[in-house]
Amino acid sequence: MRLQTGTFMKGIETFVLYVVLLALAACFIVPFFWLLSESLKSPSELFEVPTRWWPKTIMWSNYADMFNSFPFFLYLKNTIIILIPNIVGAVISNTLIAYGFARLDWKYRDNVFMIVLITMILPYQVTMIPLFIMFHHLHWIGTFLPLIVPSFFGNPFFIFLLRQFLLGIPKELSYSAKIDGANEFQIYARIIMPLAKPVISTVVIFAFLGTWNDFIGPLIFLSDNKLYTLSLGAQSIMGTYDPKWNILMALGVTMTVPVLVIFFLLQKYFIQGVAMSGIKG
Amino acid sequence: MNKKMNIARRDFRNAMLFISLWIIGVIAFKLYPIVISFYYSLTDYSVVKKSEFIGFGNYNALFHDPLFYKSLSNTFYMICLGTVCSTAAAIAIAVLLNNKGIKGLSFLRVVFFIPTLVPVVIASILWIWLLQPDNGIINEVLGFFGLTGPVWLASPLWAKPAFILMMVWSSGTAIIIYLAGLQEIPDSLYESASIDGAGFFRKVFSITLPLLSPVILFNVVTSVIGIFQWFAEPLIMTNGGPDNSTLFYSLNLYRSAFQYFKMGYASAMAWILLVIAMIIILILFRLNKRFGYSE
Repeated sequence: MRLQTGTFMKGIETFVLYVVLLALAACFIVPFFWLLSESLKSPSELFEVPTRWWPKTIMWSNYADMFNSFPFFLYLKNTIIILIPNIVGAVISNTLIAYGFARLDWKYRDNVFMIVLITMILPYQVTMIPLFIMFHHLHWIGTFLPLIVPSFFGNPFFIFLLRQFLLGIPKELSYSAKIDGANEFQIYARIIMPLAKPVISTVVIFAFLGTWNDFIGPLIFLSDNKLYTLSLGAQSIMGTYDPKWNILMALGVTMTVPVLVIFFLLQKYFIQGVAMSGIKG
Repeated sequence: MNKKMNIARRDFRNAMLFISLWIIGVIAFKLYPIVISFYYSLTDYSVVKKSEFIGFGNYNALFHDPLFYKSLSNTFYMICLGTVCSTAAAIAIAVLLNNKGIKGLSFLRVVFFIPTLVPVVIASILWIWLLQPDNGIINEVLGFFGLTGPVWLASPLWAKPAFILMMVWSSGTAIIIYLAGLQEIPDSLYESASIDGAGFFRKVFSITLPLLSPVILFNVVTSVIGIFQWFAEPLIMTNGGPDNSTLFYSLNLYRSAFQYFKMGYASAMAWILLVIAMIIILILFRLNKRFGYSE
């Protein structure tokens, strides 16, 4: 049996499509609404049965309590101390490396690039223990160094992303610059990098997100709670005897908002970057 | 001829300069750790005291450790069921979003993507609340439809499905990648299929899925690796419980290494993980070659 594709049926189809999509969208968005609502509840309202969807009296004071009862600014400072070198390191090292893999012809280049791809799918847990022991011998445990230094030596995912983009820039640009007497580094810095701004923005965003959200790295390498990042700090209040859930939720909103702001400002690069990582082999 | 050689040599030297940071990094932070980790896996090592060579003792102990098998089977549960659920959900949503003439596509794309932006610690805390048996909204909604929800994270049977729900919620990255893949499929294929009388599902199974298979492979590999590394959510939300039903491989490995300081034992686990991950990825690529349409 075949459906008539008259305008009436088309109309119903479109209607059903919208209903399904909006219902699904609601499922994805409700947890955010919930995070916000919980962060504004009083402790007694948190545990009410049945659930109270929106607090009776809005407790903005949860946010003030969060700043007072939790070393928020110290943890924020620590997070930023790790964040900035990570972004700088990611941009410098990965653009250079990707340039070597995309813009220069050399023997075995594609074979060596395979190693980059293999390290991309290497589970972190495989290298985690030897790295810990290595950093222990270097006396880096309990400092920010293990969370900063590796970012200056390339990240396979970023190399992959940048290479895909750099391959698409016409070779003629390099040739003509060479005829004008530019050396390879000048071509990299003056011609290719300015053209690669969109993909560099993507790398900046991902480096920011990766560090801001990182949990396992700080957990393993930072022993002193004066060095904790926001993520690790949030987890440590959860581990206390009587965690204050509404304050945790306020922290959750505070940690999520900067990410959302950056996302909305740079949405184009974000979506592009994600899409690019999957479609072109 | 000689000049050409010189150019090739100069290009090679330049290339080595450009990728030198990567060469140092891959040796210092990947190759050396992997190799030395195999040595550690043959020792009894706890960082505080000197290591002692014990041959394959750690591996032997692992193969007699019920927790090792438990964490392995929990992880395979998630790889099989979790990957299937989140892949199916992501493809379905991407196919819906790929309809021509949908208004507000960019808005909807954002809606499905933003859960992946929430820091993992925050997402975990949030989901503990969403999954509360008495006043969590998931059971509240189930109750609205007359269903009694399970106790989720407190139940050995339902804790893993609870994590699958969370996994589907945060599959926005895959949705965006599928959507990009779908938009590469030429409309003309669908049009000629329509003329031949193919319905919606026929088109999905005969055109969309085969042409999307390289993208599906990419996402499945990413997802499998993600599950092997999956750690923060179970640590924060259940800490492996109840009854070790959410003790996943990485959590077990982390505990052995950093709570019990059995570094040698944990290194053996890491090496087994490496071998299993490589085997699974090889199988996936073989399957893709046989059934896929890869270029």
